[in-house]
Amino acid sequence: MNGEKQSFSRHFQNWFYGDDTAFDNVMPMRSQTEHHISEEERKEYEEEYAQMRERVFYVERNHEIWLFRKCFEIMGIVLCALMVCVLFIAVSYLPPTGHADNPANNEVSQLYVEHGIEDTGAVNSVTGMILSYRAFDTFGETNVLFISGCCVMILLLLDHKAQKRSAISNDRFYEPKNDVILQQVARILVPVVFIFAIYVMLNGHLSPGGGFSGGAMMGAGMILNVCAFGFDKTRRFFSERVYTAVKVTALVLYGVMITYYYVMGANGLENHIPLGTPGAILSAGLILPIDLVVGLQVACTMYAFYALFRRGGF
Amino acid sequence: MDIICNFPCISIVTCMIGGIISSALKGRAAKYLNAVILAAVTVMSAFVFGYTMTSGESFTYVMGRFPAPWGNELRAGVLEGGMALFFCIIMMLCLFGGQEKLRTEVEPQKLNLYYILCDLLLSSLLSLVYTNDMFTAYVFIEINTISACGLIMISQTGRTIEAATRYMIMSLLGSGMILLSICMLYDMTGHLLMENIHETLTASVTAGHFHVPLMITIGMICVGIAIKSALFPFHTWLPDAYGYSTVSSAAILSSLVSKGYIFLLIKIIYRVIGFDVIYASRVTDILFVFGLAGMIMGSLAAIRENDIYRMTAYSSVAQIGYIYMGFGLGTQVAMVASIFHILSHAVTKALLFLSASGLADVSGGSRRFIDLTGSAYRNKIAGIAFGAGALSMVGIPLFSGFISKLLFAEAAVRNSGKMLPALIVLAVSTILNAIYFMKTVIRIFTPVKTGRKPAFVKNHRIFTAAVACLIALNVFLGLCSDRIVELIEAGLGMFV
Repeated sequence: MNGEKQSFSRHFQNWFYGDDTAFDNVMPMRSQTEHHISEEERKEYEEEYAQMRERVFYVERNHEIWLFRKCFEIMGIVLCALMVCVLFIAVSYLPPTGHADNPANNEVSQLYVEHGIEDTGAVNSVTGMILSYRAFDTFGETNVLFISGCCVMILLLLDHKAQKRSAISNDRFYEPKNDVILQQVARILVPVVFIFAIYVMLNGHLSPGGGFSGGAMMGAGMILNVCAFGFDKTRRFFSERVYTAVKVTALVLYGVMITYYYVMGANGLENHIPLGTPGAILSAGLILPIDLVVGLQVACTMYAFYALFRRGGF
Repeated sequence: MDIICNFPCISIVTCMIGGIISSALKGRAAKYLNAVILAAVTVMSAFVFGYTMTSGESFTYVMGRFPAPWGNELRAGVLEGGMALFFCIIMMLCLFGGQEKLRTEVEPQKLNLYYILCDLLLSSLLSLVYTNDMFTAYVFIEINTISACGLIMISQTGRTIEAATRYMIMSLLGSGMILLSICMLYDMTGHLLMENIHETLTASVTAGHFHVPLMITIGMICVGIAIKSALFPFHTWLPDAYGYSTVSSAAILSSLVSKGYIFLLIKIIYRVIGFDVIYASRVTDILFVFGLAGMIMGSLAAIRENDIYRMTAYSSVAQIGYIYMGFGLGTQVAMVASIFHILSHAVTKALLFLSASGLADVSGGSRRFIDLTGSAYRNKIAGIAFGAGALSMVGIPLFSGFISKLLFAEAAVRNSGKMLPALIVLAVSTILNAIYFMKTVIRIFTPVKTGRKPAFVKNHRIFTAAVACLIALNVFLGLCSDRIVELIEAGLGMFV
């Protein structure tokens, strides 16, 4: 409080009674001032708003719009209710869940369960299924992520220097800078999150997890890092350049591997990638590298979404 | 297995990898890469088309080591190969034709994003054409939807963002319905591959099982795809989306995106649920009614419009109505007519959008008819092209539009129950088409009296070439229709 050394218990006591705050002399905080609007300004705003409503919608005179809105609401509710009813009816006629004679319990799922390990080498049969039996769909899904990232970039990426500068300077306007609690927690958590993410990615063929979930974790770790330490420090290891390089390399590698897999499989040629012993870390053929590149791509996309939504760039 | 059998898979993956690489390139390089990919894929599709034509039967291609019903599969016959080739050519012409204009419409830093969207859109169209698996179809419907949204909003004005939002909401509703119906199909059959679904479904239909959920599934698939391909009354997203996006986007969206979905619907009708089941479910009657309504309402809306882009966009609603009317007639002949109309409309609409942009450019960027007066004299090539497109739309002999109307009329005559409404609406719609297209043509060819001679604008060579190719393709479809109809019939025969 006033510079003199205090024991921990004293500190705690002070904190408990509210005499001391952890933020004193540590964190520059902007004291919040109430947003004052003078009477004139308020009047001006209100007039403007009324004028705009008048100009755009003719609300006062236009009964058509009023009627349309009412009808729209009612029709929307009726339509949703109708749709719910129709779907309930459909479901009530479908085979009951978990019944042994269901059409879904056929030779397809039987083979996945019985021969999954010897066919794909993956102990986790879900990963084996999505990356081996139905690999094309998964490649498509990864491209869905890629293209949604592109669309967000179209919308939010800032091009002009001036815009960029103002976005960067406004970046921390509503948040305290250098939050000690967040930084301390992040310092401990971020490495753990990263290691766990890598673990999940690498063990996709052995245990629950895989590229998508591991990548999501890694992206979350990177977002936590940015929140705690800011963009400047994160950019040291993850700039726009790195983002593009990682994303493109990962996806191109994925594409090349998957093409190799399709063409070899379809033409009945020998697949030169050994499946290994099921259960070992280096097994299951192409599944492990694919999990890795999918993970990198998902992590990049998640971080890019966060950065783009926050300030339109990296 | 012949090496050509690999081409469908390789062309899809090439488009995807090309799109991915484009994200690391600058705009110009991405443009060249896109051109190379388009050329390569066109050549590959041509090989597939030729291969299936000479061999006379379709082939399936196992994606990976596991055959159906465990793994993914592609399938190519004459119709698939031909459609893929046609989509590639139209995409190439649309992109080349709008290339110069694109520079003014898109920020230079975002140009490479535009070509990523185009590459992935092409990959999704090819997959929708070739796929033999319902879930793969759904994945690529997603890619198609997102990239179409991007194509709409790439020129960032308020109107395009509003249009893209509206398109996204409507389109996602459609996607959701398709996804739900795929889930229900899986629940009823336990399969995702088209042939296996068809087999199991036929067995359960003959045994009398699952009547109600099957009807609901058929309904949801039809509504979902109708929303996505802008059948009346789900067309409200269309005029803004086509009218305010960039020229290439408008041409691609109107001539390819909606057609990809319609082709998927044809595949579902023939290869998943079965033509007889669909016909017995009476959903064709509903499609027929809405198709007819679309033919009239779209044309009426186009007549009221005072903006050449939006008028052309509303005309698409009418043309989509024609296609669904063909489905509704419920005969093989009508289906052939619908598929021919898909081709004819794609060629013509791309031509109309490209030439409309040329006309608007020489009228100070304005698209209102009053400013467009006499614009055909200022930009002769665009004027002639718009004239040719309009003639084809109205259905003048020599152009493809005539043949498709003839085929529809023929199909209608052979269907005793629906002959009268189909023929009457066809006639009325043709007259309405003529009203708004001829009005526009007369206006753009009306000389304006200014003191000096109008300055003739020289078009870029690529624009001229693209427009000339589209006119030539149009006339080709109109003149060689017999052979094309034969091929379509052969392709439909391979579906079963």
